[in-house]
Amino acid sequence: MRFSVRLSALILCTCGAAMAQSPTYGVGRTPTAEEIRAADITISPDGKNLPPGKGTAKEGEQIFAQKCAACHGENGSGGLAPMLIKPETPVKNPAPCLAPCIGPGNVMALHAPYATVMWDFINRGMPFAQEGSLKPDEVYALTAFLLYKNGVIQENEVLDQNSLPQVKMPNRDGAAIPDWKPGMPRPFPAKH
Amino acid sequence: MNSKKSPDSKQPTDSTKASRRKFLATGAAAAALGAAKAATGQAPAAETKSLKDLIAYGERSHYVTSIRVPVDERPSPDEFGMTFHVLTPLQDTVGIITPSSLHFIGTHRGSIVPDIDPKQHRLLIHGMVDRPLEFSVDDLKHFPSVSRIHFIECLGNHSKADDKTVQETHGLTSCSEWTGVLVSTLLKECGVQKDASWVVSEGAEEVKGAGSIRLAKAMDDCIVAYGQNGEPIRPQQGFPLRLVVPGFEGMYNTKWLRRMKVTDRYYMTYNDYGHIAKDEEVAALTFQWGPKSVITFPSGGQKLPGPGVYQLTGLAWSGGGVVRRVEVSPDGGQTWKDAEIRGMVHPKAHTRFGMDWKWDGRECVLQSRCTDELGQVQPSRAELAAFFKVAPDYYKAHGVQGSDNTIQPWRVASDGSVHNAI
Repeated sequence: MRFSVRLSALILCTCGAAMAQSPTYGVGRTPTAEEIRAADITISPDGKNLPPGKGTAKEGEQIFAQKCAACHGENGSGGLAPMLIKPETPVKNPAPCLAPCIGPGNVMALHAPYATVMWDFINRGMPFAQEGSLKPDEVYALTAFLLYKNGVIQENEVLDQNSLPQVKMPNRDGAAIPDWKPGMPRPFPAKH
Repeated sequence: MNSKKSPDSKQPTDSTKASRRKFLATGAAAAALGAAKAATGQAPAAETKSLKDLIAYGERSHYVTSIRVPVDERPSPDEFGMTFHVLTPLQDTVGIITPSSLHFIGTHRGSIVPDIDPKQHRLLIHGMVDRPLEFSVDDLKHFPSVSRIHFIECLGNHSKADDKTVQETHGLTSCSEWTGVLVSTLLKECGVQKDASWVVSEGAEEVKGAGSIRLAKAMDDCIVAYGQNGEPIRPQQGFPLRLVVPGFEGMYNTKWLRRMKVTDRYYMTYNDYGHIAKDEEVAALTFQWGPKSVITFPSGGQKLPGPGVYQLTGLAWSGGGVVRRVEVSPDGGQTWKDAEIRGMVHPKAHTRFGMDWKWDGRECVLQSRCTDELGQVQPSRAELAAFFKVAPDYYKAHGVQGSDNTIQPWRVASDGSVHNAI
């Protein structure tokens, strides 16, 4: 058995780098493609695995009033939960920051480098106590509403799996991706 | 990230109360309360336990009263059952291991600690792998295990002038022995594809917290841990599985780990939010912790009874590896003297230091400075200000860029009382 595993590994090695590793312990269950699709709620910035559906800011406004305003404030600010719409005049959050700490400088629509970040979190983490209950259409609509209210898209724009990843986010170029390798010092302090 | 003290939090304003009432009045809040009770399912602690129970599962002496306290005095659990950030009493710990019961807690958004049946729990590894696989907790025990001592520290662990004790200034770091399987072992079993470069992990709590790490880090020393300090990980720390990302900021150490997706790009999920910065240097400062140390005795809020010889002690650690040297200054940083390392030295772990220290009864400022195996030296805030080209007193009013590993000064007043001198 072990011999045949090793032998097949040897054969596979000659077939390409991607197949060079073979299982050693033979533990675990192989999930079906459908199971993986259902579990994979982590949305790529290119939107490749966004589900079908669509929504507009107008539709999102109603959902926001029903499902979000109680915690985030009627106008998307001044509630107990993080600010979602940057107010024209500063509003003080009545509660200490949650992690991550969201204020006027980093509401998601203005700070997230990709619209998929918003879709992903609304879908996985909202609304409070009913997380994961929103339908894709509702998530598209809420994302559209928050982007519209923060001046990123027009009111009549329809967001779906094709248009959402195309939204030009204000902070698209504001997220550096630092390199990291084992044994690498931090940029500061400089090595003494 | 998190401010540890805000004036708002101490005395709720009328508007806070009003909005809380309003919040409570909504159906969502009522449903949340129900969900919270169902999810935690905890009976109130019995006043006294029988001797039989205490022999079955021991407790500390009732004379020992050291406890965690919430950040910002925001109660955990709150009225909705949510847990927020909670601080370790570093001033009371000895050695390098934080008791599991006193390990700090950090949560995304505020979380309801999930009640997970380990027999039902699964870890799915998929994405850019040749063989996606799903593991039960028992499956993971078929792989060779490692046990390693590592600290976990939250990005929000920064000292502010109104923080009084070392628990308040530094209590979002803790150190445990973690037992589990190296992520590299699991990823090799699944066969990582050659263009893969990142791993996005996900927890099973209600917000399903997700974080992204470079594949190089995942393959280097990360652990899918099922054990903490010789027993299964505690629920507040991620039972039954936690991703341990040694030396990196706490958020990456996904609790209640249920999924790891191998990808070819940085996904920048909501929980990566605290790391998003335009400046590459600032962004890099939020990945790996720098060399850091703090004196835990004498420290803020303590009082020396009078002049004499004391055992000064503290903790040092670094995300860069092993602590090589700890120096102590008794005069606000003018002169430095090497402290002794007192105990085990492990990479990316709390390291205990100490020294005989004679106090002559005069006011002085004590501080410690850590150097790690990479040669990195713990900076003062003035040095950090110079690096970022801001005024020397910039940090009196602003947060530190990235993770804060700056030197912590304690002022010993002539009456023996000790104060935060940041």
